[in-house]
Amino acid sequence: MLRISDLNVHYGGIHAIKGISIEVPRGKIVTLIGANGAGKSSTLRAVAGLVHKSSGSVLFDGREIGKLAAEDIVKAGITMAPEGRRIFPHLTVLENLMLGAYSRSDQKGIARDIDWVYELFPRLKERTWQKGGTLSGGEQQMLAVGRALMGSPKLIMLDEPSLGLAPLLVKEVFGIIKTINDEGKTVLLVEQNAYAALKIAHAAYVLEVGSIVLSGTGEELLRNPKVREAYLGG
Amino acid sequence: MDAKLKRNYILTGVAVLILALFLFWAGKNLDGYKIQILNLIAVNIILALSLNLIYGFTGLFSLGHAGFMAIGAYTCSLLILPAAQKHAMYILQAPMWPFSVMHAPFFLAILIAGLVAALFGIIIGFPVLRLGGDYLGIATLGFAEIIRVVANNIPRVTNGALGLKGIPPYSNLWWNYGWCLLTLYVIIRLVKSNFGNTLKAIRDDEVAARAMGIDTFRCRMTSFVIGAFFAGVGGALLASLITTIDPKMFNFILTFNVLMIVVAGGLGSITGTVLAGVVITVLLEWLRFVENPVTIGSLTLQGVPGMRMVVFSVALLFIILFRHQGIMGKREFNWDWFLGLFRRRGEAR
Repeated sequence: MLRISDLNVHYGGIHAIKGISIEVPRGKIVTLIGANGAGKSSTLRAVAGLVHKSSGSVLFDGREIGKLAAEDIVKAGITMAPEGRRIFPHLTVLENLMLGAYSRSDQKGIARDIDWVYELFPRLKERTWQKGGTLSGGEQQMLAVGRALMGSPKLIMLDEPSLGLAPLLVKEVFGIIKTINDEGKTVLLVEQNAYAALKIAHAAYVLEVGSIVLSGTGEELLRNPKVREAYLGG
Repeated sequence: MDAKLKRNYILTGVAVLILALFLFWAGKNLDGYKIQILNLIAVNIILALSLNLIYGFTGLFSLGHAGFMAIGAYTCSLLILPAAQKHAMYILQAPMWPFSVMHAPFFLAILIAGLVAALFGIIIGFPVLRLGGDYLGIATLGFAEIIRVVANNIPRVTNGALGLKGIPPYSNLWWNYGWCLLTLYVIIRLVKSNFGNTLKAIRDDEVAARAMGIDTFRCRMTSFVIGAFFAGVGGALLASLITTIDPKMFNFILTFNVLMIVVAGGLGSITGTVLAGVVITVLLEWLRFVENPVTIGSLTLQGVPGMRMVVFSVALLFIILFRHQGIMGKREFNWDWFLGLFRRRGEAR
């Protein structure tokens, strides 16, 4: 569904992503794991059109989207829940969700998706008129994921959804990612919590300073001694 | 819900009626000085609302308001000045066609003044709206200065440093408050719409807004151009109100005054802007007494011109230090709150 080939990203003089290639098959969960600064978030941002790509191609459903602007990539069917949640603090929960549907005009579909998101996250429904900034960290994360779902994506990219959450909430968030995937959405997941991510991923890539050093199915990597040592604590 | 909406429309209608009655009374009973202050309040509210849309709601730190006002003021003045008067006034060089002969009724002149300012908003928006934060402030400040210097140096259009005099004083309480209410209506509708939420989203987090598929440049441009339009309208009304304009008038202090109202009222609060517009305009006049000579016993202190701006700047400093969100923060007036005020008082008794 999504095929990234030979992607390069430079920030000023820093070569942040060094020619990586990633394949995300339809209906699967694919995860990128790696340490801080490995280039995981940069990869997602490059796909979303938020950072400039020096070279490389991004094929989505057979169509080249590497040169498109961010808003056209959303229209093509890729949305993102950015790192650090980045919800809109002065807008209500409902207004946040409606902005997620900014590029859509099918009122019926939007209403249906609001119901669906509220079903996935009953807590958001309770707080529908509350300002985003007054939510707890976990609720904000749910809002960020819900907002990305409101764009009716074929592929949803989640950037560190478990960041800063209590262990119980982390479990809940990963459960929801599985649910979203079961309902037909393809997921590209970036995580530092390698164990939890690999457990639900169909395929995984390990990034180190801008390059892919390992890839395989989630289970393969869970068993891989190098991965165990570097990311899973032995 | 619907009954409440109806009630709010009625209450708003009543409030507008009370304002109209007050203006009618003021026009008959107040002296020229007080009426002038009432007029300035309306113009300042228009200007501050337009800057609040740009800065408070969209987060574009624009310091170019004086430039848009100058464009509006000159456009409107050249349109309402009779041709003969223009020929008599341009003593350095004769006025250039079509500026020498163009003429329009007052309402149309204001509208055109706004549109020309909006056009300039589009032209400078393309290069500068790609900048963020402080850079945008500097670029727009530069724009306003360019307008001022150019106005000084095209005597065949603007009569140069001599400025325009004897502009027909059409601007009165009705025109000013009419435009003020129109501005208020347009900006409230805009901010409460989905587009308003989009602007707030861009202000709060541009990257997240782009990730939602929002064309941030286009939205910023729209907000900037609407703001420029009303700044032009405000400048046009101001020109006809004080009947004399020259390039010197449109310096940074003018932008600063408007910015002061916006910040004191609360960035992103329409109610705050209206309140601060009233309070600051009145205070700016009232504080003139600090510029008068003071006699304490046998000691006589000379009045210092410009002292009120010092007092004002200090006041602004305190607002920023102790209540940096302004009078209202981001809150807004609504009828529920207003009615609740009476209800609570009634229960207490």
